[in-house]
Amino acid sequence: MSDEKILEVKDLRTSFFIEGNEIKAVDGVTFDVPKGKTLGIVGESGSGKSISALSILQLIDSPGEIVGGEINFKGQNLLDYSEAQMRKVRGNQISMIFQEPMTSLNPVYTIGQQIREALKIHRGLDKKDGTEKSIELLELVGIPSPRKRVTQYPFELSGGMRQRVMIAMALACNPELLIADEPTTALDVTIQAQILELIKELQDEMGMSVVMITHDLGVVAETCDYVAVMYCGKVVEYADVKTLFKNPRHPYTVGLLNSLPRSDVDQEELIPIEGTVPAPHEMPDGCRFAPRCPFATDLCHSELPNLDDVGEGEQVRCWIYTDEWDGDPEVKVYEPEKRTSED
Amino acid sequence: MSQKKELLKINNLKQYFPIKGGVLGRTVNNVKAVDDVSFTIYEGETVSVVGESGCGKSTTGRAILRLDDPTDGTIEFDGTDLLSLNKKEMRKMRKDLQIIFQDPYASLNPRMTVRQTLNEAMEIQSAVPRDERNDRIAELMETVGLQPHQADRFPHEFSGGQRQRIGIARALSVNPKLIVCDEAVSALDVSIQAQVLNLLKKFQNEWNLTYLFIAHDLGVVRHISDRIIVMYLGKIVEIGDTKSIFENPQHPYTKALLSAIPVPDPEKKTERIFLQGDVPSPIDPPTGCRFHTRCPFATDKCAEEVPELRNEDYMTDGHAAACHYIKAIESGEHQPTRETSKVRDV
Repeated sequence: MSDEKILEVKDLRTSFFIEGNEIKAVDGVTFDVPKGKTLGIVGESGSGKSISALSILQLIDSPGEIVGGEINFKGQNLLDYSEAQMRKVRGNQISMIFQEPMTSLNPVYTIGQQIREALKIHRGLDKKDGTEKSIELLELVGIPSPRKRVTQYPFELSGGMRQRVMIAMALACNPELLIADEPTTALDVTIQAQILELIKELQDEMGMSVVMITHDLGVVAETCDYVAVMYCGKVVEYADVKTLFKNPRHPYTVGLLNSLPRSDVDQEELIPIEGTVPAPHEMPDGCRFAPRCPFATDLCHSELPNLDDVGEGEQVRCWIYTDEWDGDPEVKVYEPEKRTSED
Repeated sequence: MSQKKELLKINNLKQYFPIKGGVLGRTVNNVKAVDDVSFTIYEGETVSVVGESGCGKSTTGRAILRLDDPTDGTIEFDGTDLLSLNKKEMRKMRKDLQIIFQDPYASLNPRMTVRQTLNEAMEIQSAVPRDERNDRIAELMETVGLQPHQADRFPHEFSGGQRQRIGIARALSVNPKLIVCDEAVSALDVSIQAQVLNLLKKFQNEWNLTYLFIAHDLGVVRHISDRIIVMYLGKIVEIGDTKSIFENPQHPYTKALLSAIPVPDPEKKTERIFLQGDVPSPIDPPTGCRFHTRCPFATDKCAEEVPELRNEDYMTDGHAAACHYIKAIESGEHQPTRETSKVRDV
């Protein structure tokens, strides 16, 4: 983990203030993105993964507000930037692609007009040069007959094509960091394979760093170098991708892997995580996962563990891995043989 | 197989949706959502229909319950021809034939408590005498893992997973024989999805229920199914038992589909077959084999002749694929006509 970090998020807090209540959507999130690598942020609905991503670009609208922390991009804390300075970062040095290519494109402008806009704002390209560059970008993302496509409207394109257009727009200014928020969730699996491959190829070509936000552990395994697992607004585990899948430590991570039906091996049974995610206004005092955790002790229910280093560049937020652990000292959180029977 | 009772038999099902156009509002064309599909489901098994958006899997499910009236074909359920029934008779039939929808937010009436919802289902089907209904509701709530006292709450008071359980409770309330699960777990997070899948399996074992599972998540499908039907643009391209489909897929589309699934194991080398382009429009589907525009093995013959489902001698019983070249591809005699495959490095 001596690599250079392009992004360091420290103790980020983003809350929503609704009817006098503070809902802590992102509650002290810390993670790094090494330069040129892909960090996966994985978690279920309501874990705060998307809000974390939106916070990086300060795209949080009222009643939401970033209430604390640091977002260091190439050593500069973005939270110190003015709105005008942020505007120069967005779409230029840091770009974002969203889940819904249908709703994130403007239906009344042509594809060409939408790509040109970013080129005009950040690079000052005029219409003619902008159009040429747009065609080049569409070609780069594998859109057939790009010269025709620049004059078309979003509704004339399929879902996969629209996502390619989104990627072309995001890449228009050669960003150093690309944030992809569930970029393939709305797409069919054969199209998903195309898009993920495209992002990877472009990353290799342009040396971009990527933050990949997803709920799909398959996508994580295939595209990410490092992974942050989020639960209820907090990072519960951070590790490189091979360690995370081979030796998951947090009971929540293990629970996710155990409940995942897999297409590549036969499974005897799925072991679900019991219970449900607590409502945002009823967060438990101790570990957020304690009410659903099969190993939870009194300590877990009363006090929140820290995100501690447990190995080289690996962190976990769980009492089991601390000296204070008061439960079964021999506890085995992960038993791979229980999960799958390889054919 | 011969011992098993045929519960649902679908023959040459066609479902076309007309496209109106012009000044006179005439039918100018048809969306051929399902085009000549036949299959049989036996009592007590789970059959999954898989495929990408627009392949006709949901339309097939809806046609079985006659939520849309099919254009052509026959649907025989438990010996009765469903398409010959009038509306009233069909409604009676739905006592045995239930559906669970994808969206647990949209498929429950927000103004009715869970008790009212379940009561209504039992009332319409006169499935349970009135004085026993409250006991039955309490029992159903417990069966699907909810508290009986929660029956007096409204849908918005439940989480997504809980709402999906209510959808299941509603389907179960009338003691059906067949449940069509239309993407029933797709909207759920994996930890909750596993709970619901386990629940569905448990009910099947207890009551010998039959499921027609419509899904796009092949991990879910592998876990829950006995047999699998793969559809592409309104047609069945491959059918077989789960093991055969996953371990010995024959149709080039099935192979590509299976290879495209991201595997949750960063150290597993996988060969990925990349398909070119998108699924063509079902309004004007390609001639011959509908997959030929994207198929790595396509020849001129594929563009002209529609392939029939066939079973070759090396395949298991009941496993069939609609491709002219399955045998030649299997033996290596017929090679790809275009480059598409790529091994993923780890």
